[in-house]
Amino acid sequence: MTGLPRWLDIGVLPLVNLALALLAAAVVVVLVGEDPLHVFAVLLQGAFAPGALGYTLYYATNFIFTGLAAALAFQARLFNIGAEGQAMLGGLGIAFVCLSFETVLPGPLVAVVAIAAAALFGAAWAVVPGWLQAYRGSHIVITTIMFNFLASGLMVWLLSGPIMRPGQGSPQTRLFGEGVWLPAMHDLARGLGFEAARSPLNLSFLFALLACAAVWALIWRTKFGYALRAIGHSEEAARYAGIPVRRAVVVAMALSGAFAGCMALNEILGVQHKLVLNFSAGYGFTGIAVALMGRNHPAGILAASLLFGALFQGGAELNFEFETITHELALVIQGLVILFSGALAYMFTPWLARLLLSRSAARA
Amino acid sequence: MARNGGSRQPDRAAVRLRGVAKRFGAVLANDGVDLDIGRGSVHGIIGENGAGKSTLASIIYGLYAPDGGAVEIDGKAAALRSPADAIARGVGMVHQHFMLVPTFTVLENIMLGMEGGFLLGQGEADIRARLESLSRQHGLEVDPDALVDDLPVGLRQRVEILKALFRGARILILDEPTGVLTPDETDRLFTILRGIRDAGGTVVLITHKLREVMAVCGTVSVMRRGRMVGHRETAETNTAELAELMVGRKVGQAARPSGSAAGTPVLRAAGLTWRSPGGALRLGEVDLELRAGEILAVAGVSGNGQSELLDLLSGLSGVQEGRIEFAGRRIDAAHPATPAEMRALGLAHVPEDRQRRGLVLPFEARENAVLGRPQNAGPGPWTSGAAMLAHTEPLIARFDIRPPEPMLPAAGFSGGNQQKIVLAREFDSAPAVLLLGQPTRGVDIGTIETIHAQVMALKERGCAILLVSTELDEILALADRIMVINGGRVAGTVPAEGATRRQLGLMMTGAAGEAGA
Amino acid sequence: MPEVWIDILAVLDGTARLAAPLILCAMAGLVSERSGIVDIGLEGKLLAGAFAAAAVATLTGSPWAGLGASLAASVMLALVHGFACITHRGEQIVSGVAVNILALGMTVVIANALFRHGGHTPALGPGERFSPMALPLSETLREVPVLGSLYAELVSGHNLLVYAAFLSVPLVWWLLWRTRFGLRLRAAGEMPEAVDSAGVSVPALRYRGILIAGLLCGLAGAYLSIAHGAGFVREMSAGKGFLALAALIFGRWKPLPVLFACLLFGLLDTVAPRLQGVDLPLVGPVPVALVSVLPYAMTVVLLAGFFGRAIPPRALGRPFVKEH
Repeated sequence: MTGLPRWLDIGVLPLVNLALALLAAAVVVVLVGEDPLHVFAVLLQGAFAPGALGYTLYYATNFIFTGLAAALAFQARLFNIGAEGQAMLGGLGIAFVCLSFETVLPGPLVAVVAIAAAALFGAAWAVVPGWLQAYRGSHIVITTIMFNFLASGLMVWLLSGPIMRPGQGSPQTRLFGEGVWLPAMHDLARGLGFEAARSPLNLSFLFALLACAAVWALIWRTKFGYALRAIGHSEEAARYAGIPVRRAVVVAMALSGAFAGCMALNEILGVQHKLVLNFSAGYGFTGIAVALMGRNHPAGILAASLLFGALFQGGAELNFEFETITHELALVIQGLVILFSGALAYMFTPWLARLLLSRSAARA
Repeated sequence: MARNGGSRQPDRAAVRLRGVAKRFGAVLANDGVDLDIGRGSVHGIIGENGAGKSTLASIIYGLYAPDGGAVEIDGKAAALRSPADAIARGVGMVHQHFMLVPTFTVLENIMLGMEGGFLLGQGEADIRARLESLSRQHGLEVDPDALVDDLPVGLRQRVEILKALFRGARILILDEPTGVLTPDETDRLFTILRGIRDAGGTVVLITHKLREVMAVCGTVSVMRRGRMVGHRETAETNTAELAELMVGRKVGQAARPSGSAAGTPVLRAAGLTWRSPGGALRLGEVDLELRAGEILAVAGVSGNGQSELLDLLSGLSGVQEGRIEFAGRRIDAAHPATPAEMRALGLAHVPEDRQRRGLVLPFEARENAVLGRPQNAGPGPWTSGAAMLAHTEPLIARFDIRPPEPMLPAAGFSGGNQQKIVLAREFDSAPAVLLLGQPTRGVDIGTIETIHAQVMALKERGCAILLVSTELDEILALADRIMVINGGRVAGTVPAEGATRRQLGLMMTGAAGEAGA
Repeated sequence: MPEVWIDILAVLDGTARLAAPLILCAMAGLVSERSGIVDIGLEGKLLAGAFAAAAVATLTGSPWAGLGASLAASVMLALVHGFACITHRGEQIVSGVAVNILALGMTVVIANALFRHGGHTPALGPGERFSPMALPLSETLREVPVLGSLYAELVSGHNLLVYAAFLSVPLVWWLLWRTRFGLRLRAAGEMPEAVDSAGVSVPALRYRGILIAGLLCGLAGAYLSIAHGAGFVREMSAGKGFLALAALIFGRWKPLPVLFACLLFGLLDTVAPRLQGVDLPLVGPVPVALVSVLPYAMTVVLLAGFFGRAIPPRALGRPFVKEH
């Protein structure tokens, strides 16, 4: 994409961009009057201290799902910035299944159906913008933004009325039965004879890892992935090649939405155990940063998710340590990462290519 | 009689270039170019595609800064950093792709950059009046309040010329202006250009069509591979000599292959009519028949329905009216076929635009080698790098694709080798029918011969080939029958044996009567 | 005055108040997008402006200093967007997302650092914000039937920035359709090659377009925190930038239709809370949450082309690259 050798494009460029983002964030920290090194040290400690790792991985789980959602659509040059709304719908799917069936069906079965519902609901919410783009020419960026707000309106309406917890004023459903909860990792570890610190990390982290593998295989080892990549590079060539472009766009959006919907597995089925308002908390947008930084590759997305997980968990620590710096610093860094590794992706590419390639040429 | 005794007086040069060089990456597009263009002349610059003509024009118009050398306009050294500098010195340009804002009116397009005041209202009346007098003076009538989007191509070009003249152009550069014009419009354009010359202006005509140079230019310069290889007065030269200069060796009459006996009809089309989404007729009741072991060529001025015909036959556009019969299937508006289905029936398609259509440039050669034929990419729904490699390596060997690296992205190959990747992929499927669009456009001379030989070999194996080319030489060298197309309609079909350029040219322009066919 | 008339006046008055920031943001988007630069960063600029205005108004006690800060903050983000999209030809959507998230994070981080107030600014006093102004004769004319009350209640009595919002519409129209700059700017959004070939710099035009967008968003930001509101609250832009984007599309990138779209969306926003608990025949209780997202639904339907078509500027989102 950038004309750089693969190792530079995948290995070095993201690190350079991350360094730039951190540098810019350091400037903000200095302006606020704190020592950036101290702040970053607290961040790192907060992310990787004993007992914190589980939280870091719990955040990372969200980012893997939304990052894969963004990357899958990016492969076909589709900007799905509707992961927020799709995640909300995923949560809604889980809530519908759990609230309707948990008393009639065995728990694990309900959980399986709920997982499918999360994917399906998320997919459905993405299919409409996908279809509108493919068949009606509506710009997917705008429609997915609109669908975020539509989803949020839908959630407010449902949670403050039809599915609100009876006899309560807050916009949330009642707690699901324990049988449908995804087991927490510390419980699973205990079952296997390990002792692990309590954390919100749950089984969905493993699902997220599986999803990474599945997306990798889909993009680089199947004909559908080939078709998506062809569409992404040249829609004209894809049409010439007999690829049903419109259908592929709709399917790509469906898959993208399904992954975004699966974010709710972690938050709703794994941690909250009830549907609450705004549980997506901007993680859908973080997915865009993750996908950009991970160069749309599942391995890169996994690494970037861990990084952002650390940033969010370590960021929470900032609130305790400093009076002036809060966890929103993670948001600033996130914005800077999107800026440097996305919007300014081309700024340093030629410079980097010259610098590194002329050196290696000189050595040769 | 010249005062200095020389054939060209230096102080009469409108444009003078000395040692102009321009490099794009590894390509030296202009290499030490010297050029003198006399004031009050129509000067042609000819050369093959990629010879560096457009780059040279862009340098004179300030779009590119040269890497070396000197540019003089009207005897004064000119450092042209932008078109604004060139415009200020009286240089105007009509680009190959029009630089018009389609949603603006003609007047607004003319005004752009020359508004005559901060408020549009300030200059409008004056501009309108000047535009009208320019139109009258040069015979360039066009409604100033018409939306450019609604104008036909010929009129848009007029707006471009008016725009340049309005900016005070005394030196007018036209880059391949006739590619999109009908012969009639071309004649009218030439009349206009002669008028500009007679009024004291200088015209620089960039083209690869020798006949146009002979028709309208007084002097001509020939470019080859970025270098200037000759300057001639048209009165003292002929097309044969110019062609030789362009190509770099004697161009003999291409040896016509002995026509093999045509086999049975493989594909039939009847009454194909196609309208653009805007409702314009692009193809009108086209009938054709492709026979095994025969090449049917479609000749015509570019933009007369050739591309639409290829799109219909390949399944890229849906049939609106008429029908196609191929491999026992009938394809019409009610029974459409996708490109994938057409391929499955035994069709292969070398598209006219290989970079946008025929290849996915960032894909590796091996991935491109299976484009459109997923069965070669691996078993079932999977793709396999090894399978693609095994499929690609023999193709690279057979078509001598260089460099022989199946894992190099297509963008890394030269134009000729990119085309070989497309040809290799399409020829390899042993098609019953091959649609062959502009097979040698932008391909170097050596490769052209290889490609022609491969096409002939495919024909010998019994493939029915539909060749679309804007190069009459190519058509005369390869075709068995020639179908001439004009305004989306078939003007006539003639055997290639005995067909002449003149006859075909007349048919392409719609000037030939029934007797001519 | 009859009760219904009072209600109608109140609703219209509320519409004007809620539409004002939409109008400013939508005009910002219009100028930017007409120059060919997609602006989904309206939300971020609005938010940054709102924070800067409140923070500086608190620190200096002057609404005018607050307004200046708001303009500066918004323009700075606009320049980031321009640097990425114009100078470096980056992806405009991605840059817009970055601007939004940056603004979201920065406002809270800086607010905390300055005021240690949980990301809010202290409430502003009356002298520190733009207060409603009574237009001349509004009291005198109040007793004139219909027109008098209309003038006194609806036209008069707003703060300065509401008038600025309504004034911005004819100004933007005049600038884009009646001046040389406007002609060139629109050409840059339709066919930048033509502008370049006419010897005019496309990047310079687009930068100016983006600057104007920054200024207009800055006005809108100041309106939120130091005119309509009295202080900054985290995420106080609450999607208004995106709603303005919807209005821009709904109004098909034309000033007057965009104004009407903003007014319509403002009206829906004003009416929605009044419908709380209202029972409609056949429908039952009005789902207020759904009424408030109606603008987004209408925009989607319009985009789908089921009634009319919204055709954006042709070069929108396409970085300008000189040939080769």
